Amino acid sequence: MPPIEIDNVVKSFNGRRALDGVSLTLGDGEFLGLLGPNGAGKSTLVRTIMGRVRPDSGEVRIFGRPAPAADNRSREQVGIVPQEIALYPNLSSRENLNVFGRYLGLKGTALAEAITHALGWAALSDRKDEPVKNLSGGMKRRLNMAAGVLHRPRVLLLDEPTVGVDPQSRERIYEMIEGLAADGVSLIYTTHYMEEAERLCKRVAIIDHGKIIAQGTKDELVRATVGDKREVVMVEKVPTLESVFLHLTGRELRE
Amino acid sequence: MISAVIRAGWLNLRRDRAALILSFIVPIVFFSIFAAIFGAQRSKTPRTTLAIADEDRTERSKQLIEALRAEKALRIVESAKDDPNKFNAATAEAYVREGGAPVALVIPKGFANWKLDFAGTEGGPAFRLLADSADPVADQVVNGLLQKTIMTSMPDMMMTSGVDAVDKWSGGLSPQQRATIQQNMDQFKVLRAAAPGTVKASTGELIKITKTDIMGENKSNVVVALYAAGIGVMFLLFTASNAGGALLEEAESGTLDRILTTRVNMTMLLLGKHAYLWTLGFMQLAVMFLWGAAIFKLDLFNHLTGFFMMAIPTTFCTAAFGLLLASFCRTRAQLGAISTLVVLTVSALGGSMFPRFMMPEKLQKAGLVLFNSWALEGFTNVFWRETPLSALLVPMAMLMGFGIVFFVAARQLVKRWEVA
Repeated sequence: MPPIEIDNVVKSFNGRRALDGVSLTLGDGEFLGLLGPNGAGKSTLVRTIMGRVRPDSGEVRIFGRPAPAADNRSREQVGIVPQEIALYPNLSSRENLNVFGRYLGLKGTALAEAITHALGWAALSDRKDEPVKNLSGGMKRRLNMAAGVLHRPRVLLLDEPTVGVDPQSRERIYEMIEGLAADGVSLIYTTHYMEEAERLCKRVAIIDHGKIIAQGTKDELVRATVGDKREVVMVEKVPTLESVFLHLTGRELRE
Repeated sequence: MISAVIRAGWLNLRRDRAALILSFIVPIVFFSIFAAIFGAQRSKTPRTTLAIADEDRTERSKQLIEALRAEKALRIVESAKDDPNKFNAATAEAYVREGGAPVALVIPKGFANWKLDFAGTEGGPAFRLLADSADPVADQVVNGLLQKTIMTSMPDMMMTSGVDAVDKWSGGLSPQQRATIQQNMDQFKVLRAAAPGTVKASTGELIKITKTDIMGENKSNVVVALYAAGIGVMFLLFTASNAGGALLEEAESGTLDRILTTRVNMTMLLLGKHAYLWTLGFMQLAVMFLWGAAIFKLDLFNHLTGFFMMAIPTTFCTAAFGLLLASFCRTRAQLGAISTLVVLTVSALGGSMFPRFMMPEKLQKAGLVLFNSWALEGFTNVFWRETPLSALLVPMAMLMGFGIVFFVAARQLVKRWEVA
């Protein structure tokens, strides 16, 4: 049973179609990249999967069961990492995880273990008592992710989790996500950074103007668009600015 | 360059509705409230409610009551609402204690045969004023009007008293009589010196009036008892609206979206926030009254049951009101401006800033539609009037009712955040 099936979902806001007949399936243990420019409908689709947007038509099924909007019980096996830093700034990392763990139904030893694990996973064990407002942007991003996986969901939706972080933190976030994929978690990862999708995602769906305009593996997408043509370009291998930056500053986290 | 700075300032102000409200609407609203309260009192004589207990029950006492009734500054009440029996001294006092009137006048038995006390040395019955000192003006007004009424509206009494006085003091104005007057005047001086308390009580008064402060006589600090509740309730509203703003912060930061993807639904979230604001408000009020007890000798510990009975529904209501304000607003900045306007207005009209008895009658009645006036009424009953606890049931019920209505309204308003 596929973890997530999206069947012909349509949603309009003030007469403008944000989702225009989207159909998409996330396979078990699959890592699906959802690519698209700003305003393409990526976040609306993620929010629809999470029950925060009620489709005008179409249906979302989670592990084969219809998941109507606002029915959170049907989504207990799904985690969300929102684009915003959705945390309490005055609370410490540990306190934030405690609050969201309770919201997710954890308590007692299970909650304590989940918090310890999440802090270690996000490399924040040594900053667990620091108020979130004092953390760096990268730390906040990692804590934001940790709060989404406390209940060990089988499916995780990541909505542009690397926005505004430095290369070191981005590397760390990639490692965290790859760890989840290795553990068999099914992932939907929205981004408009092609290199991220290329590195992380086994399959990619491209959305624009609320429609899925292409989906498949990178090779399938290349074949479907460029075909078998090969363009031979002689390029002098010039490092990118990012590789220069990482070469000079290293890949170790600074925080 | 300076003009560019000015232009940027005006452009910012024009786009910042919260700042616009604080700059222009709040001052206008407050000006209007104060003008309505104090302006009305200047343009029209304020009426003091006077409960009268006629223990004399003679034609002369009836004549006095009618003369007092003709005074524009007084509103005469001779019996409680729905009670066919006219006041006696005890029921008039109870009426004042319940807040029905700020002062009661007891016309003494024997008033019909009573004479003006020119010397201030006569015995006999005195008028009794039973006053609630929460209104420090009312008994002074009644005192003055009572003397004026007797002097101007009861000429027969004046004449009789005058003749009696001449008869008593002149003796026919013969040399012997002059000597008698002198002798009596000397005697008057001796009496005056011998009984300063008696004479002092009627200095400048031909009519004997004794005043009893039936509300504040045993209280160590009368003002604190009234203002602890007024200020306490006003700041409860500020605290509740400010803390309720956390809901807006959560909505703005995306935290609300995240919460609503967990097991917590909007009703649970709102109930949790209400419970938090309720306990916060209760603790705030408790701290304030404890401070009043410790520093200003507010008699909290002899009124603990009444305090709990009023503090619990009051903070229930203010918590729901804070949530309603927060759910009504779109942004934190908007909440700041609107809550300032609403809380100050509600506090002014509900009696937190100045006692409601100072307001025109229409405003006093209008104030009853405000939940905070019921809170103040209840706390005043507990600490000031010391009414039986059963007298708190109506304010308690009103506050709980208001609280439930506010919560239901807030729940309706937050639907916009539930599902897009």
